[in-house]
Amino acid sequence: MTDLTSAAKAPFSLRTWFTRLERQDRSVVVAYLLIVVLIAAGTLFVTPNFASPTFLLQQLRQASFLGIIAAGQMAVILTGNIDLSISWTLNLAAVLATSVAAGQDSQLIPGLLVGIGVGVIVGLVNGIGVAYLRIPSMVLTLGMNALLKGATVLYTGSAPQFQKTPEFLSQLATQVLWDIIPVAVLVWAAISLLNIVVLHRSALGRKTYAVGNNEVAAYLSGIRTPRVIIGAFVLSGVMNALAGLLIAGNAGRSFNEMGEAYLLPAIAAVVIGGTSILGGSGKYVGTVAGVILIRLLDAGLSIMSVTPAARQIIFGLVILGMLFLYGRGERVRT
Amino acid sequence: MTTTRVSSVSPVARADSPLRRWINRNFRLLLAYVVMLALLLLNVVLNPRFFTPPVITSTSNQAMTLVFAGMAQTSVVITGGIDLSVGPIISLCNSLASALFTESVASAVGVIVLLLVVGAVCGLINGLIVVYGRLQPIIVTLATSSIFSGLALVVRPRPGGFIPGWYGDLLTGRVLDWVPNSLIFLVIVVALVWIPFRRSRLGMWVYAVGSNEGAAYLSGVNVNRAKIAAYVMSGLFSAIAGLFLSASTLSGNATTGAVYTLQSIAVVVLGGTSLFGGMGGVAGSLAGAFSLRLINGILFFAKVNPLQQPLYEGIVILIAVVAGASRIFTVRNRLDIMR
Repeated sequence: MTDLTSAAKAPFSLRTWFTRLERQDRSVVVAYLLIVVLIAAGTLFVTPNFASPTFLLQQLRQASFLGIIAAGQMAVILTGNIDLSISWTLNLAAVLATSVAAGQDSQLIPGLLVGIGVGVIVGLVNGIGVAYLRIPSMVLTLGMNALLKGATVLYTGSAPQFQKTPEFLSQLATQVLWDIIPVAVLVWAAISLLNIVVLHRSALGRKTYAVGNNEVAAYLSGIRTPRVIIGAFVLSGVMNALAGLLIAGNAGRSFNEMGEAYLLPAIAAVVIGGTSILGGSGKYVGTVAGVILIRLLDAGLSIMSVTPAARQIIFGLVILGMLFLYGRGERVRT
Repeated sequence: MTTTRVSSVSPVARADSPLRRWINRNFRLLLAYVVMLALLLLNVVLNPRFFTPPVITSTSNQAMTLVFAGMAQTSVVITGGIDLSVGPIISLCNSLASALFTESVASAVGVIVLLLVVGAVCGLINGLIVVYGRLQPIIVTLATSSIFSGLALVVRPRPGGFIPGWYGDLLTGRVLDWVPNSLIFLVIVVALVWIPFRRSRLGMWVYAVGSNEGAAYLSGVNVNRAKIAAYVMSGLFSAIAGLFLSASTLSGNATTGAVYTLQSIAVVVLGGTSLFGGMGGVAGSLAGAFSLRLINGILFFAKVNPLQQPLYEGIVILIAVVAGASRIFTVRNRLDIMR
C-alpha cells in the first residue's frame, strides 16, 4: 500500500511516461507531435492561415480520400501482406459506377452497388489467392493491378471517358456543412470509428494481429487464418472502391489513371503511422496521423510552390527520417 | 546460375541419375525457358517473317531494357529483399544521359562511366540504409524511389535532351546482318559483370544470406557486406538498363523508367526465382524478360484489338505469375506453406 501511494505522489514525468509506452504507441505519439510541428512550421514559414480551422478542415477533406484507402491498406499490412492493386481497383470501380449511374441521382444506388461490387470481387480474388493458393501478396496484387488496368482501358475505350458523376457523389466529396465541416471528413471519421472498434475491440481485430505476428501459431491456436486474410483484402477492396467513388465525385467525373497517385502515399501513411510493414503491430490512430502528415506536408510544399521534383525528394527523405525515428528492426543473429 | 538450394521445388521424380538430378535442381529455370520457347514458337507461327534480321533485332532491342531491369531486381531478390527503386534509377540514368551526352566519343565514354557510378551509388545508398538502418527493403526502396525520381525530374523537367545517333546505332543495330548488337551487349555484360560476381565469394554469400540469414551469419558470412553488394549490383544493372533505354529512345524522360519497377518483379517471378530468396539467378530472368516481350509480339501479330491488348497482357502476366509463385503445388505440409 505504501508503495502505491508513494508512486501516486511521484511527480508526473513526461519522459518516464514516454519511455514506458509500447513501441507502437511511441510512434503514434511521435507522428502526432510531428503534425503539431508541421502546423507550427507552416504557420511561421508558409502562411499565417496554416493553423486556421477552415484551412485544416479543407486539408482534412483532401486527406479523407487517402485516409479511406490507407484504412484498407492497413488491415492488409497488419496481416503481413500488402495490396498493390489499389490504383486500378479504385479506377475500375469509379469508371463502372459512374457509367452505370450515368450522372443521374436516380441511378445512384445501382452505380454504388456496382462500384462496391468491384471492390468486393477484387478483394475476394486477392484474398483467396494469398490465403489458399499461397501466392505472395506482392506478386498477386501486382498482377491483379495489371489485369484491372487492362479491363479499365478496354472499357473506357481509346479516348478517356469523361463520365460525369451523379450530383450526390459530388456533394459527398465536396460539400462543406455549415461552411466548416466537409462531408467527406465525416465519411472518413465514420469509417475510422468502425476500424478502431473492429481492430482494437473485436475478436476479428485480435485475430488480424495474431495472423500478422505468427500465422502458424495463429492457425495452430484455432484461428481460421484464411478467413482473416480474405477479410482484410475484401476490406481493402471495398475501401478502394469507396475512395474511387469519392475521388470521382471530387473531380466531377471518372477518368483513367485517377488512382495512380495514391498507392505510394497510402503505404507510406500506414508505415509512418507506426504499423510494422511485416504485420502484427500498429495502431489505427497512427495511420490517421500518417495520412494527415502526408497531406499537410504536401499542402505546405505546394503553397510554397515547391516544384514536384523537389516535393518528391522531400517526401522520400521524410519517410526515411520517420523510419529512422522508430522503424528500426532487431539485429538478426541466429 | 544454378539454384543453390536443393529444396522441395520440383515435383519431378526422385531418381538419382545425374541428368535427373540436374533437371530436378534446375526445374524452375527449365520451366522458364520452356515457356519462353513456346512463346517464341507462337510468334513464329503468327509471323512468318519472324526469322528475318530486322524483326529479330527489334525483338531483342525491345526486350533488352527489361532484361537488365530484371537482372537488377534478381540480385536483390536473391537476398530475400526487394528493390522498388529499379525504375527510378533507370529514369535517373536516362535523364542524366540525355543531359550530358555530346556528339564526341571521348565524352560519351566519360558519361557512360559516370552513369554506371551513379547507378552503383544509388544502389549503395539503398544497401547502406537497409543494412545499417535495419529497415525493411520494401519501404526503404519505396522512399528512395521517390527521391531518385525527384532527382530525375530535376535533371530533366521536360522530355527531350540529346543522345547521339551513333550511340543508339551502336547498341541497337546489328552486325553480320544477323546478330543484334543488343544481344552481344548482353553477353558482354553477363560475362563481365554477373558471372565474375556469381563465382566470387561475395556472390556465394548473397545466396547464403537469402537462403538462411541466421545460418549464414553463424557460418562466418559477412551478411552486411553481402546485402550491400546485392543492392550495388542492382543499381549497376539499373544504370545499364538506363543506358540501353537511352540508346533505344534517343531522348531523355524522367518518367519512362517507372514502369520497369513492377515489370522487373514480374520478370523475376517468370524467371523462376523465388521471392523468398536464396535461389534463382539472372539466367531465368533473361527468359522471363524475353517471355514478357514476346507476349506483346504475339498480341500484335494475332491482330488483337489494341484496346484489348493491356487486358490480355494483364491476364497472361497474372496467370504466369500465379503459376510461378504459388507454393501450394510444391509444398505439402500445411504449416510449411505458411512460413
